[in-house]
Amino acid sequence: MKIIVCIKQVPEIADVQIDPETGTLIREGVDSILNPFCEYAVEMALRIKRQHPETETVAMSMGPFQAKAALMRCLEMGIDRAVLLADKKFAGADTWATALTLAEAIRTIEGRFDLILVGKQAIDGDTAQVGPEISEILGIPEIIYGVGLELRNNKKKIRVTREIETGNEIVETKLPCLVSVSKGPMIRSISSFQEILDARNKELRLVTADDLTIDAHKLGLKGSFTQVVKIFPPRVKKQGEIFDGSDAQAAAHKLTDLLSSRRFI
Amino acid sequence: MLTVDRDKCTGCNICEKVCPFGAIVVVDGKAQVQDTCTLCGACVTSCPVGALSIERGQIPLDELGAFSGVFVWGECEHRAETLIPKKVVKELLSQGRLLADKLRQDLTVITLGDHRLTGLDSLFAHGADRVIRCQHKLLGRYEPDSFTLVISAIITKYMPAVFLFGATPNGRELAPRIAARLRLGLTADCTGLDIDEDGQLVQTRPAFGGNIMASIVSPFTRPQMATVRPNVFPLAQPNKPKKIRIQDFQISLSKALIRTKKVATHRLEADGEASIEEADVIVSAGRGCANKENLSLIQELASALGGVVAGSRAIVELDWLPHTKQVGQSGLTVAPQLYIAIGISGAIQHLVGISSARTIIAINNDPEAPIFKVADLGIVGDALEILPAFIRELKNRSSAPK
Repeated sequence: MKIIVCIKQVPEIADVQIDPETGTLIREGVDSILNPFCEYAVEMALRIKRQHPETETVAMSMGPFQAKAALMRCLEMGIDRAVLLADKKFAGADTWATALTLAEAIRTIEGRFDLILVGKQAIDGDTAQVGPEISEILGIPEIIYGVGLELRNNKKKIRVTREIETGNEIVETKLPCLVSVSKGPMIRSISSFQEILDARNKELRLVTADDLTIDAHKLGLKGSFTQVVKIFPPRVKKQGEIFDGSDAQAAAHKLTDLLSSRRFI
Repeated sequence: MLTVDRDKCTGCNICEKVCPFGAIVVVDGKAQVQDTCTLCGACVTSCPVGALSIERGQIPLDELGAFSGVFVWGECEHRAETLIPKKVVKELLSQGRLLADKLRQDLTVITLGDHRLTGLDSLFAHGADRVIRCQHKLLGRYEPDSFTLVISAIITKYMPAVFLFGATPNGRELAPRIAARLRLGLTADCTGLDIDEDGQLVQTRPAFGGNIMASIVSPFTRPQMATVRPNVFPLAQPNKPKKIRIQDFQISLSKALIRTKKVATHRLEADGEASIEEADVIVSAGRGCANKENLSLIQELASALGGVVAGSRAIVELDWLPHTKQVGQSGLTVAPQLYIAIGISGAIQHLVGISSARTIIAINNDPEAPIFKVADLGIVGDALEILPAFIRELKNRSSAPK
């Protein structure tokens, strides 16, 4: 059993602002973290490994060289080895070019696999597109918003509990497949000192465009079908009235008056 | 075009069986492609030896003009034994109408379903010029495999310039599958759509949790594909439709195409309970509610106002409420007339989920909480003290003579 977890390093987005003068992102002083939904995907992989210890787990990411830190975090959590796809030629990729590069790397660098796990979305772009695009390129089925996994039929099939609009459903498919992972019961674990030390001895392989059998014009910005033409700050709503609520009864009056004046009661 | 690697092909006949258009026949132990091929890709994913491939080159720039029309996915939901278009389809039509008029092109809805498919006439009242309907017993329930292949085939046949999907859970799975199959640019979860002077679709969406907005185009691929956030675009008033024009798209599907199988469903919402996406009044709980027991106060307030309960991501992650009640960037976008936020600080990811709310009231003990920046009325104080007084006051007023 081999599980590949595709992960992304993201900025701590609460801190990302736009410079009103230049209209560009202010990234200075913004910390980078492993995308939380990717942490849940890693945790899901490790849960399978705890049940089936012979499982091999690989974390893969496409990003700048600094994204190594996010892969180190995966290794500290317990992933066996990591692959970083870093090359100037990958820069500026949209979801399509990203999915194509990851899919090609999975094909050529890893070859055989049983399961691909991804986070349901990254908190910076929030597109949720790369997972389904990878599964389409690799020709495997996908199940999105998974919160629980169960291997069946001697690991030939998988049952996934997934979130849907009205609740949960259980879906079954044959392996290999791709599952995108939502939060569910997963928690972000804290690595022990020993795990952090162990991670330093694990393999973290660097892969460049030359290692992939893919034309350079299909990579990065050149290979992207979408182009960002403008970024701008969101419109800000005008602030309404602020009322001191230290007297609960007065606050209750204030609230009911507003509801009444706007005909909600 | 679809090519067969004759060295790999074993003549197993699977592609012949799964092709929805009867476009493959096996002759002398090798697959052969007929003119009826729509490049839907069904055979490629079913071939056990990888002998089939579709080479999809980029469209030369001077051929982009051959693509015409605004298409909308008419996602349906089950209601009382019928399959009817979701509310988001009408929102897409309201906005799609404006785009189609700017382009001077037609607006078409694509609906897939089985014999229960109904309510299509209302789509014309909301602006559609045409409905393309594909009915098959295997299309009664959304499945990514079958829906990807049918819509890919429709796109290849009709060549629209724009294709919009609701950014619902299904739409956000289906659109990237189709985009990857047909090699198309796709923009996720758009909150603004326009046509520029070159006739391109300009897709605007929040990024970095809503801290910035980005406008995006797909200059080289057609159709230009976007998923569109529900509850953002206003519904246009329905008109008396000019003409009902429904065309049927014929297809033959086999079960072998659908690789995922549903085993069970657990509803977390009580029957008849309004979904927070459609509620007019929402009382929403955040971390400031301190403990799960206090949710009964929230429920009581919601009931007094005829509304429903929702919560912030923090509350859902604590498992106080199911994920179906989560408001915000990684949850649902709501558009109530009245949104009351109790103990919610108002992280940007939460605020983008309530930007369509008409009236926002916030109660929070932190005067610096960002929620106050968007609230029509902000009460700085202890929600656990104010709520009981507020509920009492509401009950007094409703029992008092008017």
